[in-house]
Amino acid sequence: MKYALLLYADETVQPDYTTAEGAAEMQQWFEFSQELGAAGAMLGGEALEGVATATTVQVREGSTITADGPFAETKEALGGFYLLDVDDLDAAIKWAEKIPNVGYGTVEIRPLMVFDEE
Amino acid sequence: MSAINAVDAAFRGEWSQLVATLVRDLGDLSLAEDVASEAFVEASSRWHRDGIPRRPGAWLLTTARRKAIDRIRRDRRFDDRREELTRLAEDPPEVPAEKLLDDQLALIFGCCHPALAPDAQVALTLRYVAGLSTAQIARAFLVPEATMAKRLVRAKRKISAAAVPIEIPERDRIAERLTAVCGVVYAVFTEGHASASGAALLRGSLCDEALFLADTLVELLPDAPQVRELRALCRLTDARRATRVDDDGLPVLLRDQDRSRWDRSKIEGGLADLATAQALTSGASASPYGPMAMLAGVHTAAPCYESTNWTSIVAVYDTMIRRDPNPVLALNRAAAIAERDGPEAGLAAIDAADPHGALATYHYFHGARADLLARLDRTEEAVAAYTAAIECCDNNAERRWLESRRAELT
Repeated sequence: MKYALLLYADETVQPDYTTAEGAAEMQQWFEFSQELGAAGAMLGGEALEGVATATTVQVREGSTITADGPFAETKEALGGFYLLDVDDLDAAIKWAEKIPNVGYGTVEIRPLMVFDEE
Repeated sequence: MSAINAVDAAFRGEWSQLVATLVRDLGDLSLAEDVASEAFVEASSRWHRDGIPRRPGAWLLTTARRKAIDRIRRDRRFDDRREELTRLAEDPPEVPAEKLLDDQLALIFGCCHPALAPDAQVALTLRYVAGLSTAQIARAFLVPEATMAKRLVRAKRKISAAAVPIEIPERDRIAERLTAVCGVVYAVFTEGHASASGAALLRGSLCDEALFLADTLVELLPDAPQVRELRALCRLTDARRATRVDDDGLPVLLRDQDRSRWDRSKIEGGLADLATAQALTSGASASPYGPMAMLAGVHTAAPCYESTNWTSIVAVYDTMIRRDPNPVLALNRAAAIAERDGPEAGLAAIDAADPHGALATYHYFHGARADLLARLDRTEEAVAAYTAAIECCDNNAERRWLESRRAELT
């Protein structure tokens, strides 16, 4: 089963990665990704720059509307994702519990859609 | 036994087990449900014609598996599942007893998985573990059948799309997952307890279904103290079922209930469950159901209201409040103190129960004060307290009752 783990967190709460505290969390991210890879469970994953760098695009009646900012202004913003291949939802939940910012953020687990070949 | 009765009996006794075993066979809840239903349909015609099989459960399993094989063969991608079909066709219909229990436990944990919405957990458990039809579940919860059908379809779709495991959780997760399972059973029980509408279900009422689920859990997990506490609470509460409302459907106070009509066997069973739970935990409660069951136990043990052991009641509230200091519990404790030590002491305890005015809009708070003030002949204050209670009461029957009490004083 393939899942996307979408990582949401309040950007004002997450540590500054240039400080010692931030460096410690960064180390946890590296270790987590390494553990996922070693378990053969990782299909991919990326961290995103902050919502201040986000741009939204819509095309309506042929014209493009481009704007500054994220799609939805929420307290917790999408900050990254992992793509996992594991047995079932319980296995995905176990990985989600280990994500370094799950203690102050939220992980949303979404199964990847399976398309029939026929 | 007639064939029809035999099919009914097999349905009550075997449905959940059959679905559970088929889910393990097939890894697909919807398919398991469909072929299990088809097997029962076939039973109702075949058993009539050919006689009732010696082992109905094994007959149903073999029949359902054959239906599953037919279905998978009709599926165009059958080549992928050839191996599975061979295995399925060869599997013996006699599943070892230990495996049967594991299958059923797995089904219960799957239906009550916390990744499913609470109302979906309840619906799935009633459908697959208790064997109620969608129409019966809808009737019991007073929602249109289409709404309940949609709820079940959505839940099944999530189970399959998100691969919600229908499995016994890992050992270190069982306690937390069992909390969700007990929560579902208790939700079924309280729904049955609260709704006076007695929609006839497979086992009578929702309370009976909850008791059946609790029995099943105890059978599967005899050493889990929270399961014993849950069943104790359900049994001890349900023992008073016949006396809780009068002929007009109005609630009867505990002190006015006809105790000779309480169900002695349920009381004894509930007290035995409590004793087992206490032996398993060496005294402490394993769940919130424990102290609630103890309260119910003290009441059912008293031959009349006046002989209630209020000291025990106060002690149980003391332990509950230590765990969860909330003013509603403190109010209930104060009411017990009033019974034990008299209205004056009760009144002092009520006022101490709510130092921050959190219960100012809680009609039971004012109602309890009013009752004690009236008993102390402080009529004017009692009338004022009843008025305060009436003002924040939004239940018509209870408001009428409060108004009549106030009228008696003036």
